[in-house]
Amino acid sequence: MHLMYFTEQPMSAYPAEEGRTFGATALMFSNKHFDPVAGSRLYNEYLEHYRLAEEVGFDGIMLNEHHNAPFCMQAKCNVFASILAAMTKRVKIVLLGNPLPLADNPVRLAEELAMIDMVSRGRLVSGFVRGGGQEQLATGVNPAYNRERFEEAHELIVKAWTQTGPFRWEGAHYQHRVVNPWALPLQKPHPRVWIPGVLSKETIIWAARKRYPYIALSTAIDATKKIWELYDQVAAETGYAGGPEYRGYLQRCHVAETEEKALENARQFMWMQGEFTGLAHPVWSSPSGYFSPSYRTAFVEYAVGRRSNPRGAAFEDQLRDQQIVAGTPRTVIPKLRRLLEETRPSILGFWASDGFVKNEDARTCIRLLGQEVLPALREMGKELGLWSPFEANAPVSLAFPEPARSPVTS
Amino acid sequence: MSPMPVTWTSQTLSVAGIALPVARAGAGPPVLVLHHDVGTRPRLPFYEALARDFTVLVPSHPGYDGSPRPDWMRSVRDMAVVYQWLLGELEATRELGRLSIVGLGFGGWIAAELATMAPRALHRLVLVGAMGIKPERGEIADQALVSYIDYVRLGFAEGAAFEGVFGAEPATSQLEQWDLNREMTFRIAWKPYMYNPTLPHLLGGIVTPTLVVWGREDRIVPLECGERYAKALRQARLEVLDGTGHFVEMEQPDALARLVAGFAGKE
Repeated sequence: MHLMYFTEQPMSAYPAEEGRTFGATALMFSNKHFDPVAGSRLYNEYLEHYRLAEEVGFDGIMLNEHHNAPFCMQAKCNVFASILAAMTKRVKIVLLGNPLPLADNPVRLAEELAMIDMVSRGRLVSGFVRGGGQEQLATGVNPAYNRERFEEAHELIVKAWTQTGPFRWEGAHYQHRVVNPWALPLQKPHPRVWIPGVLSKETIIWAARKRYPYIALSTAIDATKKIWELYDQVAAETGYAGGPEYRGYLQRCHVAETEEKALENARQFMWMQGEFTGLAHPVWSSPSGYFSPSYRTAFVEYAVGRRSNPRGAAFEDQLRDQQIVAGTPRTVIPKLRRLLEETRPSILGFWASDGFVKNEDARTCIRLLGQEVLPALREMGKELGLWSPFEANAPVSLAFPEPARSPVTS
Repeated sequence: MSPMPVTWTSQTLSVAGIALPVARAGAGPPVLVLHHDVGTRPRLPFYEALARDFTVLVPSHPGYDGSPRPDWMRSVRDMAVVYQWLLGELEATRELGRLSIVGLGFGGWIAAELATMAPRALHRLVLVGAMGIKPERGEIADQALVSYIDYVRLGFAEGAAFEGVFGAEPATSQLEQWDLNREMTFRIAWKPYMYNPTLPHLLGGIVTPTLVVWGREDRIVPLECGERYAKALRQARLEVLDGTGHFVEMEQPDALARLVAGFAGKE
């Protein structure tokens, strides 16, 4: 198993009442409520959490990015990845990921990622995402070309990593006279690429066709099983067998010394009313052209309030469905076993704390996970045959059937 | 005068690889009506009022309403070139100097671009609340931030007028059509949003007499843009109508039709 630590890096020093009054905590919620003094403190606390996560035995640190919202302070995951590349020694730095369509110059992304891979001595996992709907608005990128830009930027980055330059790129959305970056990834053929997602079938199919692991973001167990059915079906059509090494899951999981404390803190996962990406006007999260046409009816009805939020389940329901797991190590371990048995992922991210959870409690959670939960899961992983892509020496992708390796390890 | 019942016909022409539906009614000198970014109802009282004096031609923009999406199209100027091509295909519009164009909002922007390409080809040009020019003081309202219903409502001075056309709760099928139209608008007018910085420099070449019409309560395109159009064009007059917003043709169909008839009626 590959066990990762994750936090959204919540901007927990914002005035929550202001967000409720405004009716949204995303995109247009004014940054006059952003306090850089608190921001500075929080960034440094989060760095210490990552350091602790490595100390207590996590295999990886998962990073992401979002824009214009207090639910996530990372406006550029490559910044934290760069810091971690130098600050940590052992953990994989798992970006889930860079939102490719937001990039106007994917070659610069290829350079940054290559630098992170070299500085970290080959510890980068470079996931890619489309970016949320409101991310397109926050960065002024056309939502109607989101998927086209995602796919083209991905092709360009992989080519920049794997084919010697200079070459020229004349694409539909990107044109580059000279692609010849003097920064190349240490890992060959290139760093592993994992693709996270929550909703779009197209992304699952795309990842499976590329033979990239797919990371389901906190979906309910039944929904997760459907994801793997689809992935495995496409894998079979593509000519390989799906399985644990292609399956990842991000589990919201808070542990504490007592059940009461764990439940109280786990309620903070709902701090944005359960919204992953802040409490948003539905129009902002689904700009026209961003979603698959097959969801058009659902989203136009959602946008005008005729349909409820597809992700808006209540806290108690999410506990029941195990989208949120909370308790002492003793009580969460059997729940996590159920997840492993039923959905068989080999990559498991722990989204450990959120919202206004106190620094001390967040640290206790990381420590308890590392000392008590991870060892139990590793044993289960062996028992259930949940070998991670690293353990299984899985290919990097369909295009590059050999596993990723670093020429040097020290 | 009791209005004669209007008979509509429709034909589909192939232009630039697009099957472009064009609705037609009435008789007399030809008037091409270019619709808004939100598309158009197939029949509107404004079109019927125009049809008393003109041969009215109402195409669906490529990628809007009944027209298939041209994936290659990237700008409003591309759209204007498609319409230049269409004018040569339609018998009613082929004769130079006979055709007038009424451009509504976003369609006004297309009409202005089209006129810059053939500055002597048109009889009259009517721009109603036209997008296309960047306001210096205000902003063109950003539909990306509001729901389909709220955006269309924003274009009416009176909520009752909106409800008169669309009902208080437009059907899901209408919402889906607005979403499709919005997506096409994003594909060709996302950035800069709803204007072309080079257009003001080219408007001066147009010799066609132009009537610029604006709703006093237009909350989508500031009246200032109407003033700028009127100034940049050689022969233009600005007419501001009270009691209407951006969708003048839906809020004051008869008043607008009278203005067009008075301006473009005599060949």
